Amino acid sequence: MTAYLLRRGALTLVVLLGITLMTFLVMRLAPGGLTAGATDLSARVSAHEQRKKFAAAYDLDKPWHVQYGRWLKRLARLDFGRSFKDDRPVLDKIKERLPNTLLLNVLSLGLVFLLAVPLGVLAAIKQNSVWDRAVSVLVFVGFSTPTFWLALMLMMLFGVRLGWLPLSGLHSLNADEMSGAARFADAARHLILPVFISAFTGLAGLSRFVRNGLLDVVRQDYIRAARAKGLPESRVILRHALRNALLPVVTILGLSLPDLIGGGFVFETLFAFPGMGRLGFDAIMARDFPVVMGVGTIAALLTLAGNFLADVAYALVDPRVRLAGKRP
Amino acid sequence: MVRRSFSGFLVLSLFAGCSRDPLPEPALTADPGPVNGDAFIEASLGDPSRLNPLLATDSASNTVNGYVFNGLVKYDRDLKLVGDLAESWTVRRGGLEIIFKLRPHVRWHDGAPFTSADVAFTYQRLIDPKVLTPYGADFALVKSVDAPDPLTVRVLYKEPFAPALESWGMGIVPKHIFENADFNAHPANRAPVGTGPYRFVALKTDEKAELRANPDYFEGRPRIDRVVVRVIPDGSVQFLELRNQSIDTMGLRPDQYIAYDAYFRNHNKFRYPSFSYTFLGFNLRRDLFKDLRVRRALAMALDKREIIDGVLLGYGRSATGPFPPSSWAFDPTVPEVPHDPAAARALLAEVGWTDTDGDGVLDKNGQPFAFTVITNQGNKLREQTAVILQAHLARIGVRVDVRILEWSSFIHDFVDKSNFDAIILGWNLGRDPDQYLIWHSSQQGEGRYNFVGYENPAVDRLWEEGRRTFDRSARERVYRRIHRLLAEDLPYVFLYYPDSLPTVHKRFRHVEVAPAGLGWNFREWYAPKALQRYGLADQ
Repeated sequence: MTAYLLRRGALTLVVLLGITLMTFLVMRLAPGGLTAGATDLSARVSAHEQRKKFAAAYDLDKPWHVQYGRWLKRLARLDFGRSFKDDRPVLDKIKERLPNTLLLNVLSLGLVFLLAVPLGVLAAIKQNSVWDRAVSVLVFVGFSTPTFWLALMLMMLFGVRLGWLPLSGLHSLNADEMSGAARFADAARHLILPVFISAFTGLAGLSRFVRNGLLDVVRQDYIRAARAKGLPESRVILRHALRNALLPVVTILGLSLPDLIGGGFVFETLFAFPGMGRLGFDAIMARDFPVVMGVGTIAALLTLAGNFLADVAYALVDPRVRLAGKRP
Repeated sequence: MVRRSFSGFLVLSLFAGCSRDPLPEPALTADPGPVNGDAFIEASLGDPSRLNPLLATDSASNTVNGYVFNGLVKYDRDLKLVGDLAESWTVRRGGLEIIFKLRPHVRWHDGAPFTSADVAFTYQRLIDPKVLTPYGADFALVKSVDAPDPLTVRVLYKEPFAPALESWGMGIVPKHIFENADFNAHPANRAPVGTGPYRFVALKTDEKAELRANPDYFEGRPRIDRVVVRVIPDGSVQFLELRNQSIDTMGLRPDQYIAYDAYFRNHNKFRYPSFSYTFLGFNLRRDLFKDLRVRRALAMALDKREIIDGVLLGYGRSATGPFPPSSWAFDPTVPEVPHDPAAARALLAEVGWTDTDGDGVLDKNGQPFAFTVITNQGNKLREQTAVILQAHLARIGVRVDVRILEWSSFIHDFVDKSNFDAIILGWNLGRDPDQYLIWHSSQQGEGRYNFVGYENPAVDRLWEEGRRTFDRSARERVYRRIHRLLAEDLPYVFLYYPDSLPTVHKRFRHVEVAPAGLGWNFREWYAPKALQRYGLADQ
């Protein structure tokens, strides 16, 4: 087992290194260069001169392998460098956003599971009924509605016409002056629309998965046996069928863990939500290399860590995996 | 706390007679005059990055810095240079020497006294090659800056430089904060200490920057207690926030300006010409555009009226040259290029461009008259301009391809390297008319602003003369001459001067549009007590 873990760990490291190298090269090969935040030309500002100073200050005038080498060296000390945009440590910028994005994604993923499972079950047990069709239409409408459009429409309705919910941001302007509970309620109000929209648009996949999984399971012999024993239908479905149908769903949950740290750019822009999506996107547009590399590396690291844990878990339960490669 | 009851004022407004404003005005007699309090909420598309006037290039940072810092001079309501941190100044020896007398008793927000040493320090940083500032160009002609006494600054120039005075509007930074530290990475760049009317309170990345009135401001405490710059990265959402009264001001796009009245129930709209213009520039190094008759024909084919009506919905003015109409350098007698497609075709035929094969596109020696216009992504007005212009030129048989490029590669790979046939772009201008950097033939080469490759010795000499001449009326003659020559030479087709279309919440008084635009007297703005929307909870 130890040998397996070592082998697996080493491989993960190599993959991580490869990912960072690819990210680095892709960024360097991309057209354009750093913009130092300017988005228009001004007659009295010599932006080019400033960009040249930036290039010298941040080693951008060195050959790429020197730059990459220095980046790796800093990484070894867990130093992701400083952002070109505001000269703050990349790690600080990520630490600031990650909790916001996690919060939003955990809530919306939770909501997706909470809604998708009953909807899927409903669609399965009433297969081809009006219910089934209605659920299908609903989830596919959610799936195919452009997020930005839905977001703007709901903002118009709940934010402007009804005035029930705030439009954008994560906190009210006076949040700093609020007590703990009021502050929490304020953040919750700000989260309702973003969470609902990201859950609604992500409902389709999972609910279809539950439906089809359940439909497969109810055709199995042991379900027929359960019914033959005279168990009530609700018990057959919930106790016997659903448990097994949910196994693959749990796998999906595992697979969607890396998504938890990813943020949607369009979405975060509309809601003025300070999350990872905007951080990464803005950094790419401004060619803020240290931030791009930092976000990329951390995302890769978490994804690989997730995979690694999954593999370890498989190894624990399945000796064939654990012993593979060893001579019999 | 935020929403106050309106019912009390409804009664008042009944007596006040018919008011256009749905938000009731308190009767004039009931207004006890300027009072302190309230907050002014601005919106910004971007996140302020460096709160240091020497390092900031993004508009969000500049907005915040404008409240926190002062220059030695500033423009007043009529665009006249007046003293800011400087009390007075004298220009000697034909402009080779400027002596500033500083205002006494000015203090930095941390209490330290402001002195001439701060000015000298700021200058040293501006010309320091290690400092990541783009504002060094204006100070390249400075020979030395010294501080004979705490309230005197003497600047010597290598040669006379008329825009020099304006350049000292650059925000002055505190020496005692930055001394012996890394200027570029100093924590004060995220928590600035200035001399301005507002003190820095907090900066939350991608959320907001918060400022509070400086009670010791040398011109007097500003009326409005707090200024908050909220980061709202989407223009449509800003507009909804405006309607919800969650923000007090924003710059509108023309289509927003004409939106339903419901959006402006609580906001006043303003309109005035901006200090910028949009143009179609030709790469004069390309053979296609070398002949003036070709450039003139292309200009005549454009229906600028249609572009302004279509793109700006009429909220702009047709441009004739590189100075906006509100500048003293603008010559109103410079004629427009007439819109005349038939004459344009005739002119092109004169040069040899005719449609010999009947495919609708002009050709010469078997080559079709076709070129690509590039512009940057993210500026809808420019993208629409490109499309309309494409249709106009198609009518005279010129095929135009439009290529819209992401900003970073647009600048690096196309503009900086003069790698384009034609380009649609705009210039934001300073109040001083000097545009040497854009038009002088020496300003070519990678990253310089004469990217169209314009060379006219007569115009070169005039720009040089304009920089040397301090007498306003003499300078005016120089720039008017330039205006005329550029309008004849057509290195650009000057398309339009867009209008600024800001909006401000109705509760604020003393909001006045002047030649300097809006906000020149922000310190005097106030909201009557009864209409104030924000309190000051912690103090």
